[in-house]
Amino acid sequence: MKQLIKLKEVTKHYGEITALDDVSLEVKEKEIFTVLGPNGSGKTTMLRIMASIIEPTSGEVFFSGEKINNSNRSQARKRSTMVFQKTALFNTTVYKNIAYGLKLRKFSKKEIVERVENVLDLVKLNGYEKRLAKKLSGGEQQRVSLARALALNSELLLLDEPTANLDPKNVSIIEETISRVNHEFNTTIVMATHNLFQAETITKRAALILDGKIVQVGTAQEIFRVPSKHLASFARLENVFSGKSRILKEGTSLIDIGNGVEIETALKKSGNVTVFVRPEDIIISKKPISSSARNVFKGKIVEISDLESVAKIKIDAGKQFIVQITKRSFNDMQLNIHSHVFLAFKASSVHTI
Amino acid sequence: MFIGMKTFLGKQLIKGIFNALIGMPTVALGLILYLLFSRSGALGFLHLFPTLQAIIIGQAILITPIIVSLTASAVESVDPEIKDLAKTLGASEIEASLAVLRESRSGVILAVIASFNRALAELGIALAVGANIRGKTQVLTTVIAMEVNRGEITYSITLMVILLAIVFSINTLTNLLQRRIK
Repeated sequence: MKQLIKLKEVTKHYGEITALDDVSLEVKEKEIFTVLGPNGSGKTTMLRIMASIIEPTSGEVFFSGEKINNSNRSQARKRSTMVFQKTALFNTTVYKNIAYGLKLRKFSKKEIVERVENVLDLVKLNGYEKRLAKKLSGGEQQRVSLARALALNSELLLLDEPTANLDPKNVSIIEETISRVNHEFNTTIVMATHNLFQAETITKRAALILDGKIVQVGTAQEIFRVPSKHLASFARLENVFSGKSRILKEGTSLIDIGNGVEIETALKKSGNVTVFVRPEDIIISKKPISSSARNVFKGKIVEISDLESVAKIKIDAGKQFIVQITKRSFNDMQLNIHSHVFLAFKASSVHTI
Repeated sequence: MFIGMKTFLGKQLIKGIFNALIGMPTVALGLILYLLFSRSGALGFLHLFPTLQAIIIGQAILITPIIVSLTASAVESVDPEIKDLAKTLGASEIEASLAVLRESRSGVILAVIASFNRALAELGIALAVGANIRGKTQVLTTVIAMEVNRGEITYSITLMVILLAIVFSINTLTNLLQRRIK
């Protein structure tokens, strides 16, 4: 795939603050690319530079191979659209909000009406044309913002934390729309987020940004399956354990993580290590489990959290483990707080950080 | 609009000066203009005293601080993201600035109404540089003042009702227009 946007050694200063520091990055055509990083890491600045809203202090930006400069910046701006984290809406109707960019592009009234209707359908806000945008709920306002960007059918869609602080229903509508737009219209999407789960589920490639610097770029598989120290430094990883590891005869290692709990890992590593087990890699059962899993523990449920389609269960097995199972499994197993369960995970599911 | 949208050295000082000038007594401004426009004044060669043009110039000066201060405040109160939003939707710098101005229209309309009311209701400038010449430089307020002095109370009340009707009609129409624009 060809690259759509490329940052080459881009640096951006705001007074004495360096928001971006020598960033080089390529986003390919038709991909969903995630920029992951904590608040204040430079994600928004990067997106604004890609959107040609602000200029870098130094470095170069290329759009479809063409270097962006003062003479073509406004044209480049029309090829991308950004949805801001803090919902920005014109103080007028939903229709006029969405029609704004289309009017600037000299679309006919008929085309504008048609497009507004189509994008409102995409974000499930049919019939909202005459409503005052600022009177809508936060989630609906963000969906209007997304619809307004989608109406322009730009080559590049830049989303800055599009689901931050929204309820699960609105999050799922927005995520569904993002995936749909990418699949159906081949729109290249760059999304800034600090939501690891979201980045992993809808992204193809991702970059980690910390303190204005890109510290890792790769496929979602590369980044999320084996989290790096960089990712662990800001992402709220679950099931992270530290302990002393010793190599076994079989070639695997046994890590003493304290309280009499030892976990086996397929890695051959001795000494002090920090490991991580993904909550969805752990299975639970009410009866002892007979399987190939090298790690089996008995524990008691101490906390249950409901996350729409999945349930997160905290189990105390000497050490606390977070397990993620589908809501259906959760209901079938009739689990409650204080239920005794067995949990199991493979040695190969234990990753070092 | 420039003061509201841009950040520059001395911005607060300029805003402070305009804010202070809002309270300028019309009599004081009228006297200053009289001294400038009268035959022996610095601008006496323009032969503006006593003319309607002198009243218009005086009232324009009177309302400038109101327009500037209220418009700047209205523009400043607009969400700072609006300009970037307009840009990312394809607007040029000028179009983006117009989008900000459109967002601040309530404040801008308020500035226009306040200025209109101030100009219509003022007496000091019209008397000082217009000299209240019947059929030439009289305005509603100066006529009312003169008729009150002459004891023509009924006539004065009639003129006052006309003046109030104009003010209320313009304000009502502007409010209606503002609602329709949204």
